[in-house]
Amino acid sequence: MLKEILKILENDARTTAKQISSMTSTPADEVAKLIKQAEKDHTILKYKTIINWEKVGEEQVGALIEVKIAPQRDVGFDAIAERIYRFPQARSVYLLSGTYDLLVLVAGKTMHEVADFVSQKLAPIEGVQGTVTHFMLKRYKEDGEILEGKEEVKRQPVIL
Amino acid sequence: MSVRARNPTSQQVNQLAPSGIRRFFDLLASMEGVISLGVGEPDFATPWHIREAAIYSLEKGYTMYTSNLGMPELRQELSRHLKDKYKLDYDPDSELLITVGVSEGLDLTMRAILDPGDEVIMPDPCYVSYNPCVALAGGRPIMVPTNQENNFEISAADIEARVSDKTKAILIGYPANPTGAVMPREKLAQIAEVARRHHLLVVSDEIYARLVYGVEHTCFATLPQMKENTILLGGFSKAYAMTGWRIGYAAASKEVIAAMTKIHQYTMLCAPIMAQVAAIEALKSGEDSVVEMVEDYNRRRLVIVKGLNKIGLPCFEPKGAFYAFPLIKSTGMTSEEFAEKLLIEEKVAAVPGTAFGQCGEGYIRCCYATSLADIEEALARMGRFVGKHKK
Repeated sequence: MLKEILKILENDARTTAKQISSMTSTPADEVAKLIKQAEKDHTILKYKTIINWEKVGEEQVGALIEVKIAPQRDVGFDAIAERIYRFPQARSVYLLSGTYDLLVLVAGKTMHEVADFVSQKLAPIEGVQGTVTHFMLKRYKEDGEILEGKEEVKRQPVIL
Repeated sequence: MSVRARNPTSQQVNQLAPSGIRRFFDLLASMEGVISLGVGEPDFATPWHIREAAIYSLEKGYTMYTSNLGMPELRQELSRHLKDKYKLDYDPDSELLITVGVSEGLDLTMRAILDPGDEVIMPDPCYVSYNPCVALAGGRPIMVPTNQENNFEISAADIEARVSDKTKAILIGYPANPTGAVMPREKLAQIAEVARRHHLLVVSDEIYARLVYGVEHTCFATLPQMKENTILLGGFSKAYAMTGWRIGYAAASKEVIAAMTKIHQYTMLCAPIMAQVAAIEALKSGEDSVVEMVEDYNRRRLVIVKGLNKIGLPCFEPKGAFYAFPLIKSTGMTSEEFAEKLLIEEKVAAVPGTAFGQCGEGYIRCCYATSLADIEEALARMGRFVGKHKK
């Protein structure tokens, strides 16, 4: 049942316990209890909204940064990864296989802000051997949502 | 001076009952802000990988006729699908026919099996085209009333009581439009027994086969000795959200498929190749999408059934399709009055049960293949409406 509740919330975090209760035929207090528990044990990390900031004239600069690092004895990549992900500017941090080690997604208000973060915070970290910064030019889809021109249902009002 | 042909339309078509809700449709078309629970189709667009396969095929120049039976690859995939799902063996070269939706399949079936005056026994209420398809093929529809007390299941005894020396076939469609009823295997087995005893064909419209909730769908052809005498009609519209592609199939004995193919080749030639290519993709890798859509429908089903019962429109639990069929008698209105007033006063469109037969009187069909937000708003409006008109 928890999985079913999580699926519903992942799709729309605003769905209330009462709504989920009738969507799943489970008592509302039972649903509320399961959600509380999931929040407590960090199965649910956070409820957030996907916003197209450009709609309100808010410019946002995003960048993908490839980071090459020298792994350290005992802690491997984890210690340096932590040094990086502690910065709030780093929105997502992943360890990857392939030609570089960490992928860091950074968001800032201006190109400068992002460039400063890379050159002054990220690159100088001990163990970081090199970075390659890719600025994002356009967002088409984010977290499964198409930002512009999302498809709408086009149906006749009555079909037997 | 214009010269008008004498009797421009045929007697047979003239005798066909016109849709009783034409007026209702026209009214609906002129209104804004209506929440429609009237649409009998998924509110999902066809999954992208299926659309993409069709686009690619166009780019590659797949724009020709196909075999009358349908593309060999599609028939092979379909044969495999029926084997996987139901352990049924249909020869892709002689026992499967790709049709332009179940609608064509039903029409072909009736024209292929009926002689003038032959009778076809079917449930009331049932899908709107069953009755006219039989009539247009020269047959006589024999209606078997079903009701909420029996979960809108057609009973073998009621069928048998109507068997005459003119009876040719039993036509059923479960999961059912408009009621959402699903027949349990043992009750279908009783119908199979009647069919065997009286040497009847069974035409089983299983377009909603994949849309069942918490129960198993029984394919009629899997019942003992029934494969030979069942004409199984299925399609892609509901399971894969492919209504506009118009693509379905018939699975039956060699003899019946050959007869249906004769008519099909003279009237339709073949199903559109683009839709056939899309159907191949659907069968090959559409399973995940089906499961996801069914999960989603189930949530809405639970919401609407609970909601309808709560606002005083008793509703039996539909185990299949995407329809709820609540009883509206507490308002003292007929189905048509209820649907029309509900549309005018609260701007919610639902289809009067009488569109599906006399036994649909006292009910309306609400399709829940629409967003949860719309379902909740529709329920609120209907609750207000029922409160106002309750007798």
